[in-house]
Amino acid sequence: MSRQSILDVREAINEAHQVEWARLVAALAKRFGDLDVAEEAAAEAFATAAARWPVDGIPPNPGAWLTTTAGRKAIDRIRREHRRDDKEREAQLLSGNNPPEPLGVIDDDRLRLVFTCAHPALATEARVALTLRMVAGLTVPEIARAFLVRETAMAQRITRAKAKIKAARIPYRVPAAEDLPTRVSGVLAVLFLVFNEGYLATGLGTGPVRPDLTGEAIRLTRLVRALLPQDGEVAGLLALMLLTEARRVARVSATGELVPLGEQDRGAWDPALVSEGHRLVRQRLSSGVPPGRYQILAAINAVHTSARDAGDTDWSQVVALYDQLVRLDPSPVVALNRAVALAELDGPDVAMALVDGLEDQLAGYHAFHAARADLLRRVGRSQESRRAYDRAIELAGNTAEVAYLTRRRDQMVLDPQTPEADNHEYRGRGDSRGDQSEHRPGTNSTASSSASGAPRPQV
Amino acid sequence: MQYLVSVIDDTAGSATSDEAAAIDVFNERLQSEGHWVFAGGLGSPSTATVIDNRGDGEAVLTDGPFVESKEHLAGFWIIEAADLDVALRLAAEGSGACNRKVEVRPFL
Repeated sequence: MSRQSILDVREAINEAHQVEWARLVAALAKRFGDLDVAEEAAAEAFATAAARWPVDGIPPNPGAWLTTTAGRKAIDRIRREHRRDDKEREAQLLSGNNPPEPLGVIDDDRLRLVFTCAHPALATEARVALTLRMVAGLTVPEIARAFLVRETAMAQRITRAKAKIKAARIPYRVPAAEDLPTRVSGVLAVLFLVFNEGYLATGLGTGPVRPDLTGEAIRLTRLVRALLPQDGEVAGLLALMLLTEARRVARVSATGELVPLGEQDRGAWDPALVSEGHRLVRQRLSSGVPPGRYQILAAINAVHTSARDAGDTDWSQVVALYDQLVRLDPSPVVALNRAVALAELDGPDVAMALVDGLEDQLAGYHAFHAARADLLRRVGRSQESRRAYDRAIELAGNTAEVAYLTRRRDQMVLDPQTPEADNHEYRGRGDSRGDQSEHRPGTNSTASSSASGAPRPQV
Repeated sequence: MQYLVSVIDDTAGSATSDEAAAIDVFNERLQSEGHWVFAGGLGSPSTATVIDNRGDGEAVLTDGPFVESKEHLAGFWIIEAADLDVALRLAAEGSGACNRKVEVRPFL
């Protein structure tokens, strides 16, 4: 075999990692009944590939090569630990105990892996970390960096989760049909959390957007969609992510400031992602099945991305979709989003009254204060607007958003003596449009029922 | 695989007659479906005695529970279940039947 360039080999390994990692871990977990063994053997197989392929050449079937190598590594480890008999018995127990999958439910090792990693008996942070490690193949340092946690702490989180899966015997299988809807929504909540952290990164040490995380979330959602093609909410979440990701480049200015939807350079939106997202939304609409929350959020984003100019946005359609969402999810965060959309249809005064009614529930949520600040600005209550911007800035975690809110606040003239004259400028026709609507992907205030903490709500 | 399902109580009273009837129905189901190992209700924490016989001398007896807390263990089931999903489903039914929170823990 001819020697290949280091670049070719690196590319082949990266590609194999993208395509084969989850399959490899899933197959090993099934065979050996142990996520720890599966993870380590898969990682060792890739390390061996990195050492061997530059010398031996890229094997004709990298997937098969990796499977064989990882299988050997797993057996080596089990032998090394002198626990061969125990392991084999456990493996037998695990696979032997799995009842046959009911017909019609798609069985795929990777799907089992996804469901196990997102099991509701695990804490939300553990589910996210485990999914990124086991299914997406991110390394522990990468995940630790993504969530600004020390590497040892992240390693511990993952180790503890794996230990619980084993000790409490969290099953490694696609859930029973009656549990499937809730379990799928648990998986989607994990994927949405990963996406949101990428889309509106909260860390001061990170950039405002983490394309690595949004990209990973989209890749995993595509995988789940391929495995559960009939599930409307999976399609809805994928569409929502695509339509949101399509705007990524236009969302942060060259100076690192968030650009609200109404002011974005629409020519910079990714047309391929927009049309794929629209296609998914149309498919769901024509299915005749009542949509769930992700499908409604995707439809809202489809309305926004259909408008060639922000002024062409069909706000009555957006409000109608929020009305539908409120019926499914009467949470205050959804009500806030609806109010913000309503401001475009019925004016800021109407929205103001609704937003004020949410203060008790949302006082600690930056987007509440940001939305309120914008409405106050539009009705000319500058000093109150300034204070609301101050509060929003205090609570916001995203650097681009803080920069944007700060500029908005500083546009409000401080002198309280002449409020009328000052406000005139800001109440001009060109600036009467709201700035809060839909720069975030959606709401997920009720996406998880986990007692360990609901996902961060998004406006 | 066996799991301990602990009943966590934050009230002083024992089960009402409605709760007791619902627990009976649930217990019968556990038995008929082969999940039953053992179950029992416990006296209130104030009836507990702590014994420490780790030293050389006589065992030391202390009146009361080993830890004072708002919530206490009021009873338990030990169930047989193929995996955690099965155990969690049964535990959810048990929690409904006795009208209290429960905790599920695997035996080693």
